[in-house]
Formats: sequence, C-alpha cells, structure tokens
Amino acid sequence: MTAVSEARSTGRLLLIAGVIKDMASRPSGLIGMSLVAFHVLIAILSPWIVPYDYKAVSVELMFNPPSGNHIFGTDHLGRDVFTRTLMGGREALVVTGFATPLAVIWGGFIGILLGLVGGRIDEVLMRIVDAFLSLPWILKMLVLIVTFGTGLEVLIPTLAFFYGIPVIRIARAATLDVVARDFISSARARGHSRLAIVRRELLPNVLDVMLVEGAMRWSWMLLAFSSLSFLGFGVSPPTPDWGLMIADARGYMAFAPWFVLAPIIALSSLIIGINLAADALAKALGIDRSQKAPQ
Amino acid sequence: MDGKQLFEIRDLSIGFTGNAGQTLPVLRNVDFTVSGGETVGIVGESGSGKSTLALAAMGYLKHGLRVLGGSAKFKGRNTFEMTTRELEDIRGGEMAMIPQNSGQSLTPTMRVGKQLREALRLHTDLPESSYQDRMVELLTQVRLPEPENILKRFPHELSGGQQQRVAISMALAGEAEALLLDEPTTGLDVTTQAHILELLRDLASETGTAMVYVSHDLGAIARVSDRVVVMYAGEVVLEGNARNVLLSPTHPYARGLLSSIPSLKDSRLPAALEGRPPAPGAAGNGCSFVDRCAIAQPECMSVRPDLIQTPEGESVRCPFYAKVPDLAATEQTVEMARADGSATDAIRLDRLSIDYAKKSFLDQLLRRNNGSVPTVEEITLRIEKGETVGLVGESGSGKSTILKSIAGLLEPSSGKIQLGEQEPLAELVDKRPMTHRRQIQLIFQNPDESLNPRHTVEEIIAQPLRLYFNCSAEELRKRSIDLLERVRLSSHYLTRLPSQLSGGEKQRVAIARAFAAEPELILCDEVTSALDVSVQAAVLNLLNQLKRERGTTYIFVSHDLAVVRCLSDRVAVLYQGRLCELGESASVYSLPSHPYTEVLLGAVLEPDPEAVPEILADDVVELSPPERGCPFQRRCPRKVGSICDTETPPWQVGAGSHAIRCHIPLEELYQCQNGGKSADR
Amino acid sequence: MIKMILRRLALGAITVCIVSGIIFAGVEILPGDACTAFLERNAQGVALANCRSELGLDRSATERYLEWAGNALVGDLGISAGSSRSIAEMVGDRLNNSLLLALGALILGVPTAIFLGCLTGLRRDRPIDLVFSTSAIFAMTIPEFVSATIMILIFSIWLGWVPGIVLTPAQAPSIEFFPEVILPMVVLALVMTAHILRLVRSSVIEVMAGDYVQMATLKGVPYWQIVFRHALPNALLPAINVVALTIAWLLGGVVVIEVVFNYPGLGRMMIDAISDRDLPIVQAIALIVATVYVGVNLFADVLSLILNPRLRTMYARKS
Repeated sequence: MTAVSEARSTGRLLLIAGVIKDMASRPSGLIGMSLVAFHVLIAILSPWIVPYDYKAVSVELMFNPPSGNHIFGTDHLGRDVFTRTLMGGREALVVTGFATPLAVIWGGFIGILLGLVGGRIDEVLMRIVDAFLSLPWILKMLVLIVTFGTGLEVLIPTLAFFYGIPVIRIARAATLDVVARDFISSARARGHSRLAIVRRELLPNVLDVMLVEGAMRWSWMLLAFSSLSFLGFGVSPPTPDWGLMIADARGYMAFAPWFVLAPIIALSSLIIGINLAADALAKALGIDRSQKAPQ
Repeated sequence: MDGKQLFEIRDLSIGFTGNAGQTLPVLRNVDFTVSGGETVGIVGESGSGKSTLALAAMGYLKHGLRVLGGSAKFKGRNTFEMTTRELEDIRGGEMAMIPQNSGQSLTPTMRVGKQLREALRLHTDLPESSYQDRMVELLTQVRLPEPENILKRFPHELSGGQQQRVAISMALAGEAEALLLDEPTTGLDVTTQAHILELLRDLASETGTAMVYVSHDLGAIARVSDRVVVMYAGEVVLEGNARNVLLSPTHPYARGLLSSIPSLKDSRLPAALEGRPPAPGAAGNGCSFVDRCAIAQPECMSVRPDLIQTPEGESVRCPFYAKVPDLAATEQTVEMARADGSATDAIRLDRLSIDYAKKSFLDQLLRRNNGSVPTVEEITLRIEKGETVGLVGESGSGKSTILKSIAGLLEPSSGKIQLGEQEPLAELVDKRPMTHRRQIQLIFQNPDESLNPRHTVEEIIAQPLRLYFNCSAEELRKRSIDLLERVRLSSHYLTRLPSQLSGGEKQRVAIARAFAAEPELILCDEVTSALDVSVQAAVLNLLNQLKRERGTTYIFVSHDLAVVRCLSDRVAVLYQGRLCELGESASVYSLPSHPYTEVLLGAVLEPDPEAVPEILADDVVELSPPERGCPFQRRCPRKVGSICDTETPPWQVGAGSHAIRCHIPLEELYQCQNGGKSADR
Repeated sequence: MIKMILRRLALGAITVCIVSGIIFAGVEILPGDACTAFLERNAQGVALANCRSELGLDRSATERYLEWAGNALVGDLGISAGSSRSIAEMVGDRLNNSLLLALGALILGVPTAIFLGCLTGLRRDRPIDLVFSTSAIFAMTIPEFVSATIMILIFSIWLGWVPGIVLTPAQAPSIEFFPEVILPMVVLALVMTAHILRLVRSSVIEVMAGDYVQMATLKGVPYWQIVFRHALPNALLPAINVVALTIAWLLGGVVVIEVVFNYPGLGRMMIDAISDRDLPIVQAIALIVATVYVGVNLFADVLSLILNPRLRTMYARKS
C-alpha cells in the first residue's frame, strides 16, 4: 500500500468510524441500528433457533392462545406463530437486501451520468423518469409479477428496476450540487482526467447522499414487498412471511388477535428501525432529508 | 451629546452548553455603556462576541445562548427581565437594529411598503392615512430615488445598497433613540459602503440618535465612531475615544490588529499577527491573548488581567500597556519581493474577450446575435516573469472571469492567451498539454469550497504531485511534508480533514496545493476575502515569501485596493469587464487616475478617524456594460460629453508606461484631480 | 406570467404523452394480449386470428397506439377484454368512489398536517413536538395495510364504533358510503398527515431560525404576527410542491387501502383487472392515475409560481 492510499484508507476509516459513533450517540440512531441488527441476526439464525417446524399443520392446535408451549399462540392451521414470525422476515430481507444495492447502483450510475452530461439527453431522459414516477408503484410491479411470477429471480430485478428510477433524480441533483463547487473547478483547472475527477472528487461527496437514499429505499422496498405479499402477489404459502401472515390472520382477528399482532410488531419494528437508522445516518452525514417527498 | 445613559451593560456573561454538557462562554464579564447621541464602534474579528453583545443590548439572544451573569440595561431597565410585551414596545421603537445582510433580513414575501407600514403601525401614533406620505419621506431621507416605486417592490428586486437603505429607513420609522448596526456595510462594494456610511453619519448628526456600530472593518469604525470598544475572545480588551484607540492603541491585540491592515498609502506588506484566538471555553486562567502576545510576561499565563484606567482615559485589559508603544520598534515589516526585471514574458493576454451570457436555444437556432455585449472585452496584458499584477474592480467587473479563462475553465469568445514564448494556450484546459496545465495554478476565494471535504490534507496535496510528477510513495510523502512546512503547517496536519482546520489553515493548504505543481503562474482569486484581517496579513506575507523563494508570477484579483497594492508590482483596474487603467502600482495609486479609479480610491476607508472619503459617483449597480463608448459613461464624475457615449476612449500612456483609457488628456485629468483636491481642503 | 403557466401546461402534456407511450409499450411487451386472455386455451390458429382481426390487433403497434391515445383523448377508453363492456362506463363509478376517499382524506389530512407541522416546528424539542414527531415517524413508516389492520382491530372490532369493511355496491351514490368510508379515509389521512407534518415542521424550524424572523423580532413585531405575517408564508411556500408529490405518492397507498377495506374504488378494480389480465382496463386506469399525478404536480407548480415572488422573478428572467 502506498503512503497516500494508506492515508486515504485511514482517512476513510476514521470517517466511517466517526459516522457510526455519531449515529450511535443519538438515542434514535442507537435504537434504529439495534433493531436492524437484531432482525438481521434473527433472519440468519432462525432456522436453528425456532422451536417448531414452520409448516407443521395440526387440527388440534388451531387458534390456541399464547401459552408456555406456543408463546405467540397458533394460527388457523395450528402452526406455531412464534416460529413463523421469527422466520417471516427472511424472504423479505433477502429480496430487499439484494434489490436495494442494485437499485442504488444503477439509479445512481445513470443519475450521476445525466448530471455530468446535461443537455438534450438529460432533458429527454428526465422527462421519461418523470413519466415513470407518475405511475403508482403497485401498478408497475403487479403487471410484471402477474406476468412473470413471484420467484426471487423476478422480484429482485423488478424491485431494483422500479426503485432505481427515483434514485436517478436524487443522484442527478446531488451531482449538480457537487459539480458547481470550487474543488471540482480546482481539479479541472489542474487538468485531472474526467474519470479521475469523477472518482476522486465527485463520488465521495455524492456517495453520502446515495447511502442515505439507499437506507430510505430499503425501508420503502420492504414496505412494497410486504404489501405485495399481503395482496397475495408475493411469497407463496406455506413459506412464512409477515405480509402473508397478516393477510391470513385478518379474517380471524376478532377472536385470535395474537395471530395478527405478532407479524405486525415484527414488520413494524424492522421498518421503524431502518427509518430511525437512516435518519441518524443523514444527520451524521449532514444531509437534511426531511424536506424531501417520498417517491 | 445629551449625556443621558441609554445602554448600560454590567459584568455581562453569555454562553452556551457544549456537546459534553460544559458551559462555554461567548461573552465574559463585559461592561459597556452608551450615552444619548453618542456613536460607539465595537470592533473585533469573527468569534469575538461583538454581534452577541449588540444583540444582548436589545435583550435578544440567539438560539442556544443564555445569560450566565450580569445585566443589560436600557434606560435603567434590565432588558433580560422585561416582559415580551415591553420588549416588543422598545424594539423597533426606542431602539432599532440595522442588520448585516439586508438581503436576507427583509422578509422575502412582503413588499417593502408592507414592511415599512408594519414598523409605522407598531411604533408610531400616526393615522393610517398618513402612512404613505411618511414612508415616502423615510425613503427620501435614506436617499432612495423613486420612493413610490420602491415601496411596491419585493426585497429581492432591489440591489444590495438599496436593501440596506430600506433596512435603515425601517429603523428610522420608529424614531429610535439608539440604533444598533451589525456589520451594515459588509459585503457591499466600496462605493456603496462609503455612501451608506456617509448617510449614517448625517442621520446621526441630524437626528441626534445614538449609534452602536459593530464591525470587523476598522476603516468603517473610524469613519463613524466617537468611541471605540475592541473585543477579543468574548472580552472587552480596550476602550477609549476613537482617535486614541485607532492612532495609538494601548492593548497589544489592538496594536497587532491595526498593523495587520494593509494601507493604501503604503506599499509595504502589513505585519502578520500569528496564531488564532481561543475558542469559547478554551481560554485559560490567564489573559486570553497571551499565546499571540509579544510582550507576554510569565504572570499573564495565570492571572486574568482586569480593565485598567489609563491616564488618557482609556480602559485597557493589559497591565503592561505601557510597553505597547515600544512594540513598533520590534515589529518587523517585510519588504515586498519585486520582480527582478528579467523582462521575459510569463503570460500574454491578447485581446481576450469572454461572453458569459449563454445564448438561448432559439437565438442559436436563428443565429441571432441578440445584441449582447461581451462580459469581458478585449483585455490585452503582458506579465513578466516573477511579476505580480493586481486586478481590481467592484463586483461584476469580470476579474474572476478573466482568471477562469486563463485557467482554461471558461472558453473565451475571442483573443488568445500565450504562456511564455510558447504556442498560444488551448482555450479549454482539457486540450492543453500536461506541461501547460502544471504551469498555471489557481487558488480560490473560499477554501471551504475549494478543498474537497472528504479528502485529508495529504490526499489534497498529493493530487498535483501525482498528476504532474512521477514520484514514489516515499518521495510523495517527503514532498507533502516539505510543502506543508513551507506554508508553516507541521506534518501532523497530513491526516486532518478540512473541517478540522481553521479558515487560515485551510487557505494555507490550498496554497500548498497550488505550489505543489511548481507552477510558473499562480492565479489568486480573492484569496484573502474570506479571512479575518490578522489572518489575511499572514496569508499575504506567506504568498510574498513563496514568490521570493520560487520567482513565481502572480495574477492577484481582489476588490480590496489596499490588499492589491501591498502585493502587486503593477495594477490593472477593471470596470464592467473592460480595462480602465494599467500601470506600476505606485503610479496607479497616485495622480492622474482614471475617473473610475479616482472614485474607488476616494471611497476607500482607512482606519484613521481623520480621513474623509470622497464620494464622487453614485453607487448604481450596472447589470451590463453600455453597447458603445466608455464603459464608465453612466457613472463618471468627469464625463466630458457625448463623445463618452459614442466612442471608446483611447489608451493614453503617461510616465513609466502608466496607461489610462479616457477621453480627457492626462495633463488635464491631473490638473482637475489635483486641483479638485486642494480646493476641498 | 401567463406564458410561464402555459409553459408548465405544455410540459405536463408532454409528460402525459410519454406516460401513455410507456403504458402502451409496457403492455405490448408483455406476453399475450386481449385475445389470448379471452380465448384462454383455445387461443390458437384460426380462432386467435379471427379474434385479433376483429379487435384490430393485427395492425401495427404505432397505428393501434395512435387510435388508443386518440380515443382516450376524447374520453373513449376502449372495451374491457373480460366483459366486453365500455371501460369508460365501468371506470366512472369507481373513479367517483376513489375520489371520494382521496378528497375526504385530503380535507381531513392536509389542514391537520399543516397545523400540527407549524405547532411542532414552533414548539421545537418541547414535549408536544416530541409526541407528534415521534407518532408521525410511526405513522409514515408502518405500511398502510398494517395501520389499516390495527385501526380495524381497535375501532371496529374492539370498540365497534365504525364498520371495518365496505359492503355498499360500487354504483351507490357517494352518500351511501358513510359511515363505511370513514375508517379508510382516516387511515389514508393518517399516513398523509405524517409525511406533510414532518416537512412543514422542518420548514418552519428553518424559517424561524432565519435572519428575517430575527429582524422582525428586533423590529418589535409581536410573536404571533411574526409567525403569521413573516414566517409561515415563507415556510409553507416550499411545502406546496412537496405536499403535491406526497399526495401523488399516496395514490399507490390508496390501492392497498381499498383492498383492505373491500372498498369499490379504482384501486381494487385495477388489482382485479391485473389478476384477470384484462389489459385494456389496466391501461385505462394507469393513464387516469398518471394524469391525476401530473395534474396535481402541475397545480402545485403554478400555485407556487403565483404565490412566491422570488420564483416569479427568477422565471421571468429566464424566459
């Protein structure tokens, strides 16, 4: 490692450490990060720690209220709700975990490119982006899912594609902001190659915005994924999934509220956790995103 | 002066709570009084607490600040104990504030008339029907033309000077007994500043209003104040009448501050005041100035000095004030490094024109010219190796545009730039060979903007080293450290990020980065304008020293005529993108002058209570140059006639290649300028 | 001024044109068409060809697009593949119902959001701010179907105040949807309120810390006059566009809420149409929703142009 790249990586490490420390110093950031870490850990470990088989159906055990044996009770098919709740986030986390970085990368790439190129191409493409944004997400998603099915190989690219489009806008705006600053002019005047300017001067500064954006996208994507499951267009039974569980439990909530509450709490705590962490991240990086509308 | 005490601030301390929960003071035990009809200047650098003090006088604290002790009385009543209702009555009524940036201090969604009307409604007993007349009267009083028209406008539709005048008229609406002015002319052009200050002086003498004038600019303070208070790190360190404080300061800080101001009359570099003031809470038990003081004694470290009354009636926070006048002897002024006269050209600009305004798509399509006049027109300038040429002019004069074009960031519309004896430079930097790129380096005004916030100092300095020189990692580090040392920063700065540096340190890093390329030519774009005066002096000295060591050529752009003078061999005066005058700096700063230079020089304020500015032209902001004739035709105090409107004036060359572009013969110009002056005094 | 508004209108129209292109192209790319869906297993050979020529599906894509777009322009949205009925007719009632839901939520949500946003912004970091800001985070992050489910559980199952499911048929006049429509309206309003509250709050905080509010204070303007005359007009201006974007974004949420409550609106119709692969209906609904989205944003743009003097000057200089 050369001295400079060493300095750069120590600088970067210091920066990352500083950001995490800053996030953890805010109570909301600490809660958010802990919630996310907790959910990720559960998702990874759940196959080994759950007490029952998630698909073991039993007529005798239908709608048992919470008890020592089944701490969250059982569902309409006599399956253990605790087991299914612990495992219910796996599919969602896998899909969104892959789709989010993909969305940020392709959207960010196009957005930065448009911000740099400008001119006619930029104007035309931004019109198309606007047009895409004017269609509700659920419609775009459903049409593709109904046609191509609900497997991971469909869900991940579909989510990544549609959630990358608004990223284009954000990345483009961030690029335009940074490009107008003097350190870019300074690098241009020194005569660095365009690529070097983009990589060394522009990217580190746009990356902040992209990180925060990624965190927000993640939570919206989770929201979309579970909504699709809820509507019956996502995970197929008997795979446990929170959205699907809530849809199943809705009909019985008058007499078996535990069945609906367990997945609700699990899903909500994860999404709130992501949001709190994203907010803390934005504050730690000095980005105000409260003024922005969701897209 | 009617002697009645208006403001009486006693032992006031104000502070905020730091991140670790500790109390950090912004003001420490400040005593401050103002009597009726008096004008008092509060001077200090950024962070000295001067604005906090002025706001505290009005019973106002910024978010997060709180009173730690002491009192602030207005006419005998403590403003911090008044009810909201009582405060609303006296604010804008008996006392009024004129803010620093009126562009941001006037409510953007309310028309000027509505805002003025509000002041009248709240603080006068006038009947509603007479508001219109009174408002016109007020705007006329602040010398705004077409007051009826101004009333109907929104604040953003006015120029900076007009906005400031509106703010003043609003303060006058309540017929206040005391006006507080927080940097009211900072950010305005010199001529506008001079106009506003004269207006304020006249108002003070007409209405007998007391004024508290807060500023970092000793020139402005000198012009308006009877009495001056000098603040440092939240404390009053010196107080006395303006004459004494400005001409023979008795506190070592005031002394240092005054000698760090470059002067128009003197081509020497100002003496730098090294170091920086302690951050809130960082001052030790002793004197807050001890680190930077040349006459510090061992006890200064441990005992906080009290304010002492001198026989001349000043209060000074230094027990050794008697030694301060001796400082002059030990003070070292560095002589400016001059060009060695090798007479080879470093750079030549040949009829350089730049058109900033983009043509609209329709105009491009129809190949229309749209009748636009270029932003910068036909600049021809040769600069010798090792020479420093200053470019001066007000905002909009095109001085930065010229630098950007030399750096290859802006494409000129015509003309060429030639580096040394080489082929003319390619217009844009992308098309220039690496050697050309290396030879020209640009330093920007604001280091916050020009240093990438995500890079460490080492990465920043390594960028040009890696780009231009093929050096090994080891050599890279050695050279970086060497460069840092040259700008007087130690090697442990290498791992810092820009956000961990002070303004002066950041600018030093930017300078080190420029010198890393070992360039022939350095373009300095207002490099000291974002810095405090004492830091500015240090940066100017540094630039001068580096120039002497390396024989580098500078083009030095600034709006500050005194700063330009102290560093430049030759000076070029620009108005609306056109050269007006060019010559050795000594001759440009003496007669005869181009009428525009004369206006600029007349408006400059020196920290001398006896200096009277000469206001020769209106402070109109011109948005575009005239299509024909002399660019200065609309504001010129010495306009001869229609020839100025129709014909571009010729260059007239006087002694020592001092050139002036004017229709008036040099001889005549000299006579009327010289004669005009002697008639005045 | 009028020139600027016309320019915006033209831009909006262009966007709608592009959207219609995307919708048409999107459906075109999908495997299968109205005939394969209608004939199902018999979709082969002569039957398929006959059906296609009958419906005009054998013509070129451009030709069919122009016909479709031209008809849509005069209000003819085509024929449903499933029921062979006119889509414009089928959509009419559903659109009314969805508008009832959305407008109700708007009337309920926007004033509440602006009021609470100002309140929390002015009382920053005080208990009242903490309570509402935290609740807002919950309300805006939890998925609509979850908050809807919780609301049904509490207000209709446990407390029994309002019905938790809509049974009124789609063709019924709006008035008959009460009280069934109340709960969906509240859920939709809740999510919207949360979003708008957050951004109004931060806008108010920013403006209240600004130079002109300090100046007004030092001018002796009483607090509430500062708030209403100096601060709020400036704080709410940038909010207009964001509110519009938020509203438009929530159009997606309406779909989910309609399904949860079994509400016969456009959203549920869309889900059904997608499940049945009734593509002409999907196209028609997509076009309607996109037009509404563009319209809302256009309205916000023009409104802020009219209300914001600085913006006005900026655009006047540009054009």
